[in-house]
This record gives sequence, structure tokens and C-alpha cells, in this order.
Amino acid sequence: MVNLRINNRELAVAEGSTILEAARTNNIKIPTLCHYPDLGIQSDCRICVVEIEGQKGLATSCSTIVRDGMVVKTNSPRVLNARKTITELILANHDANCTACPKNLSCELQSLANKLGIDENRFQSVLTLSPLDEGNPALIRNPNRCIKCGRCVDVCKNIQGVGVLELMGRSHHLKIVPAFDHCLSDLFCTYCGQCAAVCPVGAITEKDDTDIVWRALNHHDKHVIVQVAPAIRVSLAEEANMNPGTVCTGKIVTALKLLGFDQVFDTDFTADLTIIEEGNELIHRLTSGGVLPMMTSCCPGWINFAEQHYPEILPHISSCKSPQQMFGALAKTYYAEKMGLEPANVFVVSIMPCTAKKYEAGRKEMRANEDLPDVDVVLTTRELGKMLRQMGIDFANLAETPFDDPFGITTGAAAIFGASGGVMEAALRTVYEVVNGEPLTNLDFTDVRGLDGVKETVVKLAEKPYRFAVANNLKNARLMAEAVKAGTSPYAFIEVMCCPGGCIGGGGQPYGTITKTRLDRIKATYQVDAAMPIRKSHENPAIAKLYQEYLDRPLGEQSHNLLHTHYHARRGKPNN
Amino acid sequence: MSLESILSKFTKAETNLLEILLQYQETKTDHAITEAEVGQIAAYLGVTETKVASVISFYTLLSMKPKGRYVIQVCKNIPCFVNEQTAITRTLEKILGIHAGETTANNLFTLEYTSCLGCCDNAPAMRIDGKIYANLTPDKVKAIISEYRGRSS
Repeated sequence: MVNLRINNRELAVAEGSTILEAARTNNIKIPTLCHYPDLGIQSDCRICVVEIEGQKGLATSCSTIVRDGMVVKTNSPRVLNARKTITELILANHDANCTACPKNLSCELQSLANKLGIDENRFQSVLTLSPLDEGNPALIRNPNRCIKCGRCVDVCKNIQGVGVLELMGRSHHLKIVPAFDHCLSDLFCTYCGQCAAVCPVGAITEKDDTDIVWRALNHHDKHVIVQVAPAIRVSLAEEANMNPGTVCTGKIVTALKLLGFDQVFDTDFTADLTIIEEGNELIHRLTSGGVLPMMTSCCPGWINFAEQHYPEILPHISSCKSPQQMFGALAKTYYAEKMGLEPANVFVVSIMPCTAKKYEAGRKEMRANEDLPDVDVVLTTRELGKMLRQMGIDFANLAETPFDDPFGITTGAAAIFGASGGVMEAALRTVYEVVNGEPLTNLDFTDVRGLDGVKETVVKLAEKPYRFAVANNLKNARLMAEAVKAGTSPYAFIEVMCCPGGCIGGGGQPYGTITKTRLDRIKATYQVDAAMPIRKSHENPAIAKLYQEYLDRPLGEQSHNLLHTHYHARRGKPNN
Repeated sequence: MSLESILSKFTKAETNLLEILLQYQETKTDHAITEAEVGQIAAYLGVTETKVASVISFYTLLSMKPKGRYVIQVCKNIPCFVNEQTAITRTLEKILGIHAGETTANNLFTLEYTSCLGCCDNAPAMRIDGKIYANLTPDKVKAIISEYRGRSS
């Protein structure tokens, strides 16, 4: 332990702690801006400066390690003045038109300025406006709002291992941009949106598509239906200031009905369908000498990553569309026919925890009807939160409503798609029983749950042990992809989810997601699973009915046309 | 020397990036590294192009913007400034017909500012292609430029 004094309080803290950590564990508040709990120390905003006795200059508390006998002042007049000046200087180079910013009221700079009592800036603005980077369907980069904190660079490079954004130039010329000042779409961005999730201001945000949805909802000829991804039911409550990990499935349905959607469906239904198709694809590959290991295809960030970085391994990726796109394909075929609707009049909205899903929905392959996207608009959890606030919906006090038929009956296996390892677990529940012809004694494959980067389990299929793995985030996906490319991967099947923790930690989830939030949402996810009457996809009666009525059989011709797709090697802008 | 032959002298370690960039830029008459070359270097070292571009952007010695054959760097630090550096820059701008940061139409000269060249005792100073010229006056500058113009013809 190290003994030090902060603000005249004698403290004993663990060796190697920073002053910031020492202060926070003892409930002494030091404001920060570039600091983010799950990321590395940036120490470039200088907001967290403190005074250390015997030291001439102020020190950044986030990067200064405590020493025995240190005497620290976190709120001396000198410190307060420095913090205020620094914030004013940042504001002088920031497009502070707050009401025109999507981060209004959830902006960390705004809240810092408020805490520091800044009501007037002593410095004149030096901002010169730069054009926005909005040439892609998922993310908008607004350099005029960027405060150069470096969080996005850190998450993209060090957590995701992608590195599309970097610090360019130095001093007051410093900016955070992709190489050569290109747009994100010109480079190898996967649209995972983790940059948007950690940006303290509104410099990187999802492309806001709420207006298109409002227009569709007010369009009398449109039959507007919505699907809700598995991860939304454990996160949307946070948009209404409820605790992370609050399960709010029934309230979501009520809320969406209040917004005016004609039918509210569950993406869990097509998650179950994915398990049937993907499970059968795996069995087919295992028994017919197919390309192994097979890799999952639900995650569009992962698909973008693989297409751009590992085109060699595309044959390993399951040909199954993601649950979102399986839903879209069925909505504009099976559902439209069943309801006697023109496919062009069915408007499909998805609520997703994801920014890459916006890109996925726009892909040319994702069209059951020519020139008609299967999914018309993808909204992130945050955008749905915005719509609820716009309508003045008191989410916390809503009654619960079940999902509509025919895409409403789902299983626990589908519910866990949102957590890293969930797709693998759901697949194993089905593949085990189908191949071995006997019921599983324990449905919980706990080895593949949780936040570890690479998780593994061994399951016997027809007496033979097979290894299964889960890669959690793109950095670990790269490890898997390298081994697959080299032909050294020992696995039969690999799940890849691009965002840390899986979709529950997606780039479109409520702001402020940290490890603790992820764990809360994961816990809630498995609670949803445990409470479901059916927990295996192949036991979903509605899926059986769908095959009987429309699809015929897994991997059959109709499935092939509607539920499967293919991938392309590409770099930057896709050709399609 | 081609980029390939320079790359082949180095192991594929990220720590070699700066040395590769310096050596390669040295071989280029326009003193600049292109996007395609950035891509080639990045692929060789197994880093992103963004990383390579970032390193180039950090050092004033390195550039991705093509420059003239002769790069004139005028010191803009305080000792040069108080010794009439602005008159030197004005003279250069007048005889070259460009502003600081620009390149002449014939691609012969680029005029730019630099930080201290370490010649404060002989201010004002400038550097052309690594060679230092100090105790400058407008007349001296005119003579120096004429000499470089003569060299190229």
C-alpha cells in the first residue's frame, strides 16, 4: 500500500494506482474528459490536472502514479482555474451549437463545462469548419465537434485491432482522421461503431434515420412492421434512465405500438431460424467433407472485416444471412403473401444494437425482390430511445405486451444471440440433439459465456469430440482468421462477434457502456433465456410451421433463395 | 533506389518505419511519399496505412505533399524574426512568385517555414536542401536563388 494525502485526507491505496484511481476509490471526484474506463490512458485533454506539493507544474491525475508521502490537491484555485481555461480552449475549437448536436444532454464536454461553471468563453472561436464524412450508411464523422481526445483511435486500434482512425499532424493542426484524409468508406472501416460508442462529444455518431421512420409511420399506404433484436430487451431501459440489465421486452412492444407500428415482431424468431439453417449447414459440412472450420455470419461488422482483411477465408463463413436479414427476406415474401400485401407496401424497420446493421441492410444481396431492400431502415437502440422521448413515452411505466404473430414465438436459444458466445451455445443445443438423437442434460454451455477474448468448449457429436470456439471482438477475430487462413485452426465451428461482449456491447447501444454495463446486460440475457418455456431453436413450433407452410426444409431451395447469401472480397468502397 | 530495394534492407518490424520513410523520401526528387507507397510500406510492415500516414504527418521532415526540387526552409523563430526574417521571406516570395507553403509552377522551388535551425547567432537563417545559409540579406537571398536557378539549367 502507498500512503498519500489528497485534499488533507490521509489515504492508503494500492501500489501502482494512479492519483485518479486513488481519488475515485475514496470518493474524491476529479473531472475527466479523455479518460474512459475500459480504454488506455490518453492523458491528452489535461482536464484531470491536480497540484502535487513540491512539483512545479500541474500533473494529470489519470497518468501519474501515486508515491508514498505525496500531497495532492485536486481543487485548489490554481487547479480550478487551469481546468476552466483548458475547457474554454477546447470549446474555442469546437462546434458548440449544442441544440443542433445529437449528443445534446449526453455530451461529456457539455456536462463538464456545466460542472466547471462555464457560462461564457473568454476565448474567441478559432474553429474553421471542415466537411463532414457522411458517405456511408452507418456513421457520420463531424470533425468540427472533435476534441481530439483519442478515445476512438484507441478503441479502433487497440480494442478492435482495425486502426482506421489515427492522429494526423501535430500541435494545433492535429486532427483525428482516416489515412490521407479519406472518408471511412474509402478505407477498411467495419462500421462497428465502437468509436461512436466512446466518443465523448458528437464527433462520431450513427447516421440518424429516425425521420425516415416517422415519415413511413405517417404514410397511410405503408404497412410498417418492426423487428427487435435480442440485445435490445436488456439495454433499451437505459435510454429511459433505468438500470443496465433491466429486462424490458414487453415494454418495448408496447412502446413500438404507441409509436404507430402496425406489427411488432421479434428478431429472436429469425435467430431461431438462423440456428436451424446454420446448424444444418454445420452438420452438412461436417458430414460431407465441407470447408471447416465454419464461422458464423450474423455479425455485419465481422463480415465487413473478413471481406476487407481476410478474403481468403470467406468460404469458411456460413452462407446464412443474419437474423435481421432473414427477417427482412421473409417479411417481404412469406409475410406479405400471407397478409395479402404488396411487398413494396411493407416497410420493415429493425431495432438493432448495431451501426453496421445499417450497412448490412443496404447491401444489394439483401433483396428478395429486385430493387426493394428487405429491411428498409435500421435504427440503433439510441435512435429508438430518441423516438420514445420525442413522443413523450413514459417507458418505465408502460404495461407489457407480447410480440405479434407469426414472428413472435421464440426460444431461449435465440434470446442469448445478443451475448458473446450465445450463437455458439444456441447452435450447440440444437446440433447436439439433432446429431446425437438424445436430449441434452445440461443446456448451459457456460464455457462459451462471458467477456473473455477467446472461449472454447468441446462437444461430442456422434461419439467424436469436436472443438468449438468463440471470438469476442475483432482483435480476437483476427487471431481466429489468421489461424483459419494458415490452416492451423483446430476448431469445427467458430463464433465471431465484432463488438466487445457481443451485441449487448454493440456500437448502437446506450452511451456509457463499460465492462460493468456489459456484465449487467449479459446477466439479464441469460435470465431471459432461463425464463423461456422453450430453450432450443429446433423445438420452436412456429419455426416448424414456417418450414411446413413455406420453406419446406432447412437448406432447401426456398431457404437457399431467401435465407442464404454470399460474400465478396473488397477493399473500401464496395462495388455493389 | 526503388522502394522495394529499400524495404528489402529492413526486417518487417514496425520500429523500422521511420528509417524506411526517411531513406525512401531521400530518393525522391519531389520529397514526398505517395498514397500508393504508403500502402506498400504498410503492407510490408503489417501495419495500417493510417498508421504510416500518421507518422508522416507528425514529422515536418516527412511529407505526402509533392514539393519542388529545392525546398527552401526559412526559420521563423524569434531570433530570426527580430533580425528581419520577414524581409527575407518577402524577398523570396517576390522572386519566386509564390507564398510560403507553395511550390513554383516549374516545380523547382518550394518555400516553407521551419523551426529553429540552430543559427540564432547568425540570424536570419534559411536552409535549402540541407544546406544552411545565414546572416541573410535580401541581396544575398537573390544571389543564392540565382545560383540554384543556374544549377538546374
